[in-house]
Amino acid sequence: MKLKTLAAVVVAAGMISSAAKAGPEVEVLHWWTAGGEAAAIKVLVDDFKSHGGKWTDMPVAGGGGDAARTALKARVLSGNAPTAFQMKGPSIQEWHEEGALTVGIDAVAKSENWDASLPAAIANHMKCEGKYCAAPVNVHRIDWIWANPKVLAKAGVAMPTTWDEFNAAADKLKSMGITPLAHGGQAWQDATVFEAVALGVGGNAFYKKAFVDLDPATLSGATMQKVFDQMRKMRGYVDANFSGRDWNLATTMVMNGEAAFQIMGDWAKGEFTNAGKVAGKDYLCAPTPGNGYLYNVDSFAMFNVKGADKIDGQNLLAKLIMGKNFQKVFNLAKGSIPARVDVPLNEFDYCARRSAYDMDVTSGNGGLLPSYAHGMAMRNAQAGAITDVVTKHFNSNMSSADAAKALAQGVKNSM
Amino acid sequence: MPDQTANVARGGGKRWSPILLRGLLFLILGLFVLYYTLPLFVMVVTSLKSLPEIRQGALLGLPKEIVLDAWKNAWSEACAGVTCVGLKPYFWNSVVLVVPAVIISTAIGAINGYILSMWQFKGSNIIFGLMLFGCFIPFQAVLLPMAITLGKIGIAGNVAGLVLVHVVYGIGFTTLFFRNYYVSVPVELVKAAKIDGAGFWTIFGPILLPMSAPVIVVTVIWQFTSIWNDFLFGVSFSQGDNQPITVALNNIVNSTTGVKEYNVDMASAMIAAIPTLLVYIVAGKYFIRGLAAGSVKG
Amino acid sequence: MEKLIARYLPKIVVAPSFAAVLFFVYGFIGWTIWVSMTKSRILPKYDLVGLIQYDKLWATPRWLVAIENLGIFIFLFVAIALVVGLFLAILLDQKVRAEGFIRTTYLYPMALSFIVTGTAWKWILNPGLGIQKVVRDLGFPDFEFGWLVDPEMALYTIVIAGVWQSSGFVMALFLAGLRSVNQEIIKAAMVDGIGPFRIYTGIIIPSLRPVFISAIIVLVHLAIKSFDLVIALTSGGPGYSTDMPATYMYAMAFSRGQLGQASASATIMLMTVCIFIIPYLYSELRQKNA
Repeated sequence: MKLKTLAAVVVAAGMISSAAKAGPEVEVLHWWTAGGEAAAIKVLVDDFKSHGGKWTDMPVAGGGGDAARTALKARVLSGNAPTAFQMKGPSIQEWHEEGALTVGIDAVAKSENWDASLPAAIANHMKCEGKYCAAPVNVHRIDWIWANPKVLAKAGVAMPTTWDEFNAAADKLKSMGITPLAHGGQAWQDATVFEAVALGVGGNAFYKKAFVDLDPATLSGATMQKVFDQMRKMRGYVDANFSGRDWNLATTMVMNGEAAFQIMGDWAKGEFTNAGKVAGKDYLCAPTPGNGYLYNVDSFAMFNVKGADKIDGQNLLAKLIMGKNFQKVFNLAKGSIPARVDVPLNEFDYCARRSAYDMDVTSGNGGLLPSYAHGMAMRNAQAGAITDVVTKHFNSNMSSADAAKALAQGVKNSM
Repeated sequence: MPDQTANVARGGGKRWSPILLRGLLFLILGLFVLYYTLPLFVMVVTSLKSLPEIRQGALLGLPKEIVLDAWKNAWSEACAGVTCVGLKPYFWNSVVLVVPAVIISTAIGAINGYILSMWQFKGSNIIFGLMLFGCFIPFQAVLLPMAITLGKIGIAGNVAGLVLVHVVYGIGFTTLFFRNYYVSVPVELVKAAKIDGAGFWTIFGPILLPMSAPVIVVTVIWQFTSIWNDFLFGVSFSQGDNQPITVALNNIVNSTTGVKEYNVDMASAMIAAIPTLLVYIVAGKYFIRGLAAGSVKG
Repeated sequence: MEKLIARYLPKIVVAPSFAAVLFFVYGFIGWTIWVSMTKSRILPKYDLVGLIQYDKLWATPRWLVAIENLGIFIFLFVAIALVVGLFLAILLDQKVRAEGFIRTTYLYPMALSFIVTGTAWKWILNPGLGIQKVVRDLGFPDFEFGWLVDPEMALYTIVIAGVWQSSGFVMALFLAGLRSVNQEIIKAAMVDGIGPFRIYTGIIIPSLRPVFISAIIVLVHLAIKSFDLVIALTSGGPGYSTDMPATYMYAMAFSRGQLGQASASATIMLMTVCIFIIPYLYSELRQKNA
């Protein structure tokens, strides 16, 4: 049996490079551990294995990647970095500054012509000093509003297209004893609602100035206070027991008609699909009021590792991740859309096609913006400081003026 | 012996009827039984429900129909990442890690406790104090320097590294337990042995160890529980195929954007908890005896 | 030569573990203090920049909340666990039938980590799912138990779960202590006609002083390290109203790439530990020497 394995390894190695070394090898540290996510990453593993590679899985769930980041740090400091790590947004460049990342996959990116198949905004997230150091797997849209059509029909309200409409609809629902907004009171969920509101109330230019440029005057300005005013209204639209609720339980509330709306990224779709619900019939999806598009691009960053087999592994991994077939199959399972713009979407559902269409439109008019709540717009230190203020405001009677002031102060303090 | 203290309370029955008093006693004890068993009850009940029944709400109610699938799933099928093998392999990873770590740290504690009580020298109390203070260090704070150290030694990411970490941060408590136990052993015993010509090891081995059973039980239970339940060190200092069970449990239970299967979550949690639960149930009696036999004496 | 070795043998034998403790505890504390005076972000840097991190720390509202919470939590958690533990130990010491079963149910929570029981606790304390809902369904529609979702009260639910985990262990300590009280003294007191209440408050409980100290040490240690507990129950919420120094430090070090700041908060935590432990160690060890 050992002989057989050996033979297989040799054959595999021969396929990729010289027969002198073992086949490509990766150890991937990620936090996609359950349900649709695990199924999605399984697609990549199978693909990798069928190309003769050896995949060592290192899953660490919890806290939206917090536990994985802890493990990553310990691994890097002990001189034992994983081959690839699930990482996104400006964290990629931050890790590069610390000297932990490699741009070895740039050659693959060039020969596969990644620049042509990715929207420029997304391609830039993947580059360290102009060269590719990470490979994108998907685009999640964050600024979605999910709704139960039966509840809306009962209350005689339509899907809102402005925040005033949303408020009017919510007030009506509330007066009928229906919870207008299903929400889970966890800091990241508060931040998710907040950024959707900021985008809609303030507009695209405001959002960029506040959350990408971190302009102090914008952070503490009058528009930001209006955003917090709307957040105070949102607080009135959630039920009494929202604190600490997991997002999927909030989705269940919409599904069961206990609540009308939920603002959540498109992974919420997985929860509906799993319960046998159909988009457009059993539930509705629409962008939150506004003209922008908030994206969260999941990607794998490549770490500095020694050994030709591991470097081969990184190249193969990068190539497979950007493969059209993988991008399709993975995102069908995950609820997101491909990062590549040239993948046919005919197998995708209505919400995903809408997402791809809007991405295309906003990509041209400056409305394609990074999600702050999901670590795409700024480094985690500043994002955390903002979230502290947002969640404090949402869970207390802090005034909008104080919150805006605290926002600028918090960001300054975290620099 | 307990009869005496029992009589103390019964002496109060002059004003209240003894039966009423007993009833009250059992009522209070019973209420606390409810308080302590409630979370376990919720977990067991949920693990026996089907997923649709859980989605309907009523999380605290009894299952309408008992389904054992979740347990089977948790043990051998649940996916933690791309490998869907349940908790089984991780369970054994934990065993392989916990057994040496408990044995080594208990042995070190025994020897340290022996020296710091029977062979006190100038500064031995300070050494004891410094070791004890180590119990209070928050593990989150030592994680990164520990990672650097393990990398330098070259045992990062394997079982040896994890065992070392658990032994080092177990020394404080194990030394405390043994020292306090041996302090209560009559000095005359050791003095007599010394006069008879017994040396350092002969006093420890043949004389002290046989009478140390109670404190060994206490120490082993303490160490076993804390190492088995450790997540932070386990997640930081293990690699793909040697992750301990708490990490696998976390992967099943704490996925952020996956679909939640609460019945499998609860069954997994129960499976991960069974060894420590068993230890407490089986050895609980000896635990109290061990505590009574000396380790409670400050 | 042999005699020399024999003379120094105890010191030689204890030396390796002492050296390990010096390095892995005190060396690492030194490392932490050093890093707290640097601008370290994701990974440690070693260029000293003074006490900037401490200034920033004390200017962060969330840290102030965390420190205040720790104070309240330590006090309530230790006090309630002691009272409940002692109370249950005294009750259980009345020659109770089924003592073994009851004792085990009180003790078992210590065997479980909050990774295991966290979700169950969240459900129990959640007003929409747990106790409040059950009691209301039983026909008391006005019953309120919503501490978990109330920023002012959520900290107390952490106390409830913390006491749940540890009070059984404290009970075991006290029970062990009660079983080793000198019975002759009690007999003598009873002969003198002293009532049971006075016997407990005047004779038995004071004789349990060492047990109190052991219990307090274990409880304070659990309270300061209370990390899993907070993460499992509230993750520091609602808002950050139940944040603690341990969770704050963790967030800074591992999710936010603010290692310098995290180290500063760890240093403050260690100083807090000193305040509790050093007086105890000092008095205990002096006493033993005397």
